[in-house]
Amino acid sequence: MSEESKIIKEFTSKEYEHGWSVNFDADEAPIGINDDIIKFISKKKNEPSWLLKWRLEAFKTFKKMDEPNWANLEYPKVDYQKIKYYSAPKQKKSPKSLKDVDPELIKTFNRLGISLNEQKKLTGVAVDAVIDSVSIATTFKDKLSELGIIFCSFSEAVKEHPKLVKKYLGTVVPRNDNYFAALNSAVFTDGSFCYIPKGIRCPMELSTYFRINAANTGQFERTLIIAEDSSYVSYLEGCTAPMRDENQLHAAVVEIFAAKNAEVKYSTVQNWYPGDENGKGGIYNFVTKRGICFGNNSKISWTQVETGSAVTWKYPSCILKGDHSVGEFYSVAVTNNYQQADTGSKMIHIGKNSKSKIISKGISAGFSQNSYRGQVKIMKRAKNSRNFSQCDSLLLGNKCGAHTFPYIDVENKSSLVEHEATTSKIGEDQIFYCLQRGIDEENAIALIVNGYAKEVLKQLPMEFSVEAQKLLSLTLEGSVG
Amino acid sequence: MLSIKKLKVSIENNLILKGLNLDINQGEVHAIMGPNGSGKSTLASVIAGNENYKVESGSISFYGKNINDFSPDERAMMGIFLAFQYPVEIPGVSTINFIKTALNRIREFNKKKPLDAVNFLKTMKKKMNLVKIDRDLLSRSINEGFSGGEKKRNEIFQMAMLEPKLSILDETDSGLDIDALKIVSNGVNKLRTKDNSTIVVTHYQRLLDYIVPDYVHVLIDGKIVKSGSKNLAIELENKGYDWL
Repeated sequence: MSEESKIIKEFTSKEYEHGWSVNFDADEAPIGINDDIIKFISKKKNEPSWLLKWRLEAFKTFKKMDEPNWANLEYPKVDYQKIKYYSAPKQKKSPKSLKDVDPELIKTFNRLGISLNEQKKLTGVAVDAVIDSVSIATTFKDKLSELGIIFCSFSEAVKEHPKLVKKYLGTVVPRNDNYFAALNSAVFTDGSFCYIPKGIRCPMELSTYFRINAANTGQFERTLIIAEDSSYVSYLEGCTAPMRDENQLHAAVVEIFAAKNAEVKYSTVQNWYPGDENGKGGIYNFVTKRGICFGNNSKISWTQVETGSAVTWKYPSCILKGDHSVGEFYSVAVTNNYQQADTGSKMIHIGKNSKSKIISKGISAGFSQNSYRGQVKIMKRAKNSRNFSQCDSLLLGNKCGAHTFPYIDVENKSSLVEHEATTSKIGEDQIFYCLQRGIDEENAIALIVNGYAKEVLKQLPMEFSVEAQKLLSLTLEGSVG
Repeated sequence: MLSIKKLKVSIENNLILKGLNLDINQGEVHAIMGPNGSGKSTLASVIAGNENYKVESGSISFYGKNINDFSPDERAMMGIFLAFQYPVEIPGVSTINFIKTALNRIREFNKKKPLDAVNFLKTMKKKMNLVKIDRDLLSRSINEGFSGGEKKRNEIFQMAMLEPKLSILDETDSGLDIDALKIVSNGVNKLRTKDNSTIVVTHYQRLLDYIVPDYVHVLIDGKIVKSGSKNLAIELENKGYDWL
């Protein structure tokens, strides 16, 4: 084996850290999907009839649609009748406050490094913790509500703030938007809801931690973030799942609404189980994330660090409706072993003088395939709009692939679109340079990869940036060329 | 300190070094000169442990230990430093961050505690003056957009930070104007002690006016064909290599 492939091997053979699972007594729906299952879910959640109707409509649409096949992804067809659509750890009674939450559940999150104890969480991060189909706890709710900020589970929002939910649900990502969004609309179970009132700057990071625990279960969460005029919020999402031989489905929808002068920063550190080194098991991550910069001067910024999942299909997007609105997308997507990722962004410019930026850094190792797919569309009325896209690919080894699929569509002459793309390999000479200074291989690769992804990582909130850097090195441990 | 015996080295089945012997003691400066393609840079790379080169036979010993099978980072930790002829760029990694990582790994190897931020910066400031390199440059990505002179000064700065026992300067003078050459040489001279040694690989006698060697070796076709004092370098400058 050549030195190069030896390094690659070592660096790619790190085990997944969060692969354990806990045996909870669970309240589950029977396997499969049909109207009755949807009614079952809706009933479990005591939902109002309008929402059940909305779900059933979505299911009708879903049945008429076909699974998208245009992505640069290959995986066996998913049998949607073999998935459990609802699974919730049984709790004696529904918890009114953190004190009532089953200590086993709190322990599970502690093990993931997520403390639900407010005293311990002095870093200024409020957490909504979701296991399988339900939200377990949301911290700092009271403190936030003093400012009029609503941060709670989606189910709770349906009960407590039905008007807001009804007004915004499905407005950014309609039920019939795409196959997976339709599926999610029919069976979504929980997720986070967040509302920032006019003029309020949310004083802490809001975050949701998603954990898939049960076997054969899909996770279909729904997140809705509403930022009223001149408000600001930074939101972070993290995810992990146990190691299992079968593939599990995760089909989420995130909708963001930004009113005039509002700013929303949405960061994701996605670390779903990627499957084993032979490509067995892992999460199918089919996610629709979209934000609308509805008001003038509004801004939505997506930052994602994608290290997990067997297959990723995900294009966080911005509809820049407001004049002078700004959309940003920063992404690091790492694929290793047999992982596949088809990810990127869509920037739809409608408002005048709207601006967007796409910075995508793909890192492929092992036998993986990593594709950037992005669309920049500048409508006729979006005069003087600008986009800058930069898509870089870094290859580790020579058995992986990197692909770029940019779609650019400009309908007026005063706008400017720039696209830059590079592909590089981690050079042996770069590694030798590091080694010669006494830095070991593993750290050399971590250093080079983190340097490469720095532009994106620095967008993350401080405490997560460090985590993300560690995660990048862990994911790639064993791989260079 | 360094003892090379009957060293044969090949790259892609081409024999480059054909039985080379070299002994270097503590505190000495040795210059290796020779025409293009004689194996000078190969020698520098092989001492540093570059695995693209294959050692066919012979041995390299450092402080009495055969290091033939030692990895490049092990050799670096033992105190071997190579100032590259063509230093690479590493985007997004600042020299400060880079050299801090390197320094602390070497300190760990030598059973020393890592330098804290304050002491690290103090040390850095001192060494920066040595090669007249400014802080700004060190905060930027390593060698990215650096001029030829800046790259070479950065190499010597790193050398100053890591305090190696054996430094190998591989054509450090190439691409330097006379002012930069003086700065770099001055830095190297100030780092000389009775304990550490230097190998200067160069084409030209010019550098040796500033870094004065104790010994000069002429490398031709993979072997050292002549060794002598610094006067040998002057002779070579006048007569070329053909007479050897």
